[in-house]
Amino acid sequence: MTQTASTPASAAGAQASGWRQARYLLAENPVSAMAFVLFALILLLALFGPWLVPYDPLATYAGEPLQAPSAAHWFGTDNLGRDVFSRVVVATRLDLSIALVAVALSFVFGSALGAMAGYYGGWIDRLSGRLLDTIMAFPLFVLAMGIVAAAGNTVENIVYATAIINLPFYARMARAEVNVRRNAGFVQAARLSGNSDWRILALHIFPNTLPPMMVQISLNMGWAILNAAGLSFIGLGVRPPTPEWGIMVAEGANFIISGEWWLVVFPGAALVLAVFTFNLLGDGLRDLVDPQRRT
Amino acid sequence: MQPALLDIDDLTIEFATRRGTVTAVEQVRLRLNKGETLGIVGESGSGKSVTSYAIMRILDRAGSIHRGSIRFSGIDLVGANERAMRDLRGREISMIFQNPRAALNPIRTVGKQIEDVLREHAMATRANAREKAIAMLRAVRIANPEGRYHAYPFELSGGMCQRVVIAIALACRPQMLIADEPTTGLDVTTQKAVLDLIKDLTREQRMATLLITHDLGLAAQYCDRIVVMQKGRIVEAADTATLFSSPQHDYTRRLLKATPGPESKVADLLPEGDARRALASPPNPEAPVLLSVEGLSKTFGAPGSPTSHRAVDNLSFKLHQGESLGLVGESGCGKSTTSAMLMRLLDQSAGALWFDGQDIGAIPSKQFARHPLRAQLQMVFQDPTDSLNPRWKVRDAIADPIRRLGGTGDKAQLRRRVEELAENVGLPVELLDRYPHQLSGGQKARVGIARAIALNPKMLILDEPTAALDVSVQAVVLNLLVDLKERLGMSYLFISHDLNVVRLMCDRVMIMQAGRLVEEGSTERLLNAPEHEYTRTLLAAIPNPPVPASA
Repeated sequence: MTQTASTPASAAGAQASGWRQARYLLAENPVSAMAFVLFALILLLALFGPWLVPYDPLATYAGEPLQAPSAAHWFGTDNLGRDVFSRVVVATRLDLSIALVAVALSFVFGSALGAMAGYYGGWIDRLSGRLLDTIMAFPLFVLAMGIVAAAGNTVENIVYATAIINLPFYARMARAEVNVRRNAGFVQAARLSGNSDWRILALHIFPNTLPPMMVQISLNMGWAILNAAGLSFIGLGVRPPTPEWGIMVAEGANFIISGEWWLVVFPGAALVLAVFTFNLLGDGLRDLVDPQRRT
Repeated sequence: MQPALLDIDDLTIEFATRRGTVTAVEQVRLRLNKGETLGIVGESGSGKSVTSYAIMRILDRAGSIHRGSIRFSGIDLVGANERAMRDLRGREISMIFQNPRAALNPIRTVGKQIEDVLREHAMATRANAREKAIAMLRAVRIANPEGRYHAYPFELSGGMCQRVVIAIALACRPQMLIADEPTTGLDVTTQKAVLDLIKDLTREQRMATLLITHDLGLAAQYCDRIVVMQKGRIVEAADTATLFSSPQHDYTRRLLKATPGPESKVADLLPEGDARRALASPPNPEAPVLLSVEGLSKTFGAPGSPTSHRAVDNLSFKLHQGESLGLVGESGCGKSTTSAMLMRLLDQSAGALWFDGQDIGAIPSKQFARHPLRAQLQMVFQDPTDSLNPRWKVRDAIADPIRRLGGTGDKAQLRRRVEELAENVGLPVELLDRYPHQLSGGQKARVGIARAIALNPKMLILDEPTAALDVSVQAVVLNLLVDLKERLGMSYLFISHDLNVVRLMCDRVMIMQAGRLVEEGSTERLLNAPEHEYTRTLLAAIPNPPVPASA
């Protein structure tokens, strides 16, 4: 409104106002502020985890198996005497990168497919629609299991499987967002300016679909982490002794009856925290990118 | 003296925003007597709608009544609790909003929706609700009310929907009706029908009406008294005749001048001495033909199928160089389809298009984007907000056609050209680095014009370029368009539903109805001595402000 119009228009000014916007929203909404802090923490652990941990996550100390949490071993030790804290921290990088790469792949291919379907319509739309329906018709986790089992039990295949089962969400969202804009005034104007269809789609329409996509990416990250951990839990993909949250929970599950709860609880808690963070982050991001919030 | 039905005193409304409180309405005083029609006139942001929301107590959460009182037949509305207000709304005070389709529930038949409000306020029983609802539909002059009772809103036209909304608003025989821009977005003939209906019904029931509008002509025709608001304050309040014969406040006078009437010239819309006033030169009948259209038709849907629809039917006309040709018609008459075909955004079903001696009708629209003639045919769109990419800076929006078609890769040259264009359309150069949402409506309109003239086109289609703008902004933009045409020698095809604007802008006018041209002629002749029945209906429907005595 008038206030917005009177702010300085330089690039630096625009950036500063972006920061102000972020600060205002975070101050107003402590939950999303917390999500951003947790996200920073997870990122930090993923990047520098191996250098921060007190023990080698793979080293076994035969003398101290199944020790309860203590000052020396914050999260206790497992049946081989490995430090659970170190393993939980180091696992962050693997879990996060599987999820990140999978989400990036499904975002790129899903939104490209959806954008074309939404823009051109016709047979591209029908074909891609049926393809996505086919994917959606399976229970997604079972489909992922099947893909990994068929393609080979490797980490890369976990990434591909996770990417494939997430693809329909991006494709559908991109299709809907592009479809409502394909006849907007600015698209007509771009045509009059001599833009080809490809340019219009890539440079004029697609950037407008990004805000809702950002939210989808964030929500999807948590989901992808859970999916990767779930596949490892049932013995697909990542193999022992690699530290990974899903495997650690699977291995620890054997010891719940005998009372060594820390083997399950700490990697499980890490998983919960990561998923929780990305879900909250989604809400916060939506507030950041949604112009309706800019009163 | 009898106490007023509505008595607003010292009303101040504030909105809490992130940058502190903003006063939207300040010290507003107004009285409305039984059976009277009061107009609140003002441009966007003047606080006229906020005032009406305060009366209904439907301000959004950020807004609050800071000071003042609103009394409605002795009841204090500022202090009333939500339950008391719920009882008053619909039964004592009703409101009609701008978009009738949004005000109706899309999945409930219109008859049921009238019944709902009757039952809500215990004005009808289960047994007689249906009968009363049909009586209301008949009262708002909907043909075949028994049949329409079962209609869903999407099955009715915009004007019909607004009638249903009026039926709902008046079903409980309220004492006061607030109409907030009730006809914005409707065609002129529909506008006249709807407002005549409101006038008749409120007179019958001796209701008081608060008509909120930006259109002075409309207020002049339907209101007993008018209040003019500017920036949250009432600047002038007078009975209609006095306001138009001797406006006191400077703002009122400016507003009156900026409203196009049957006698005004385009320069008259701006105050005398304003550097932006433009003078149009008389048309040159010997100018060569620039665009020639022969038998242009467009059919949607497969030919012969029951859903097939002929949007444009056998259209033929010529546009001369430097001429400004008006195309007038109501919504759905095929104006937009025609302009899309002329712009080669849409392929015609039949007919030929000759532009500057070349047969552009033979070039498929898909290939026209790269055609050298693309630069010669440009367009200014109706909605300045919708036609700018929200994620592109203004500078890039203007530069886009030059980058794609202008053939200049030199950055410094491009920058200079964009700044020159901004100067041409009166857009401050420092606004070029902003995003569209940071600009006002008038500024966005200028960006659209700058983009359209960036390649020095020979022909420009102007699709209702001022429909979304306030009158004072419209005055500036119209003068700008006249000035640009004089300087750059362009030809205009001016599409509009507002005959008063067409009168100012065009040398020749074509009237279009249901896909066909019904009448064509010089503006002078056509608007003063219309031959076709439809043209006469259109002309009769325009609300004209009385000519101020001082002019």
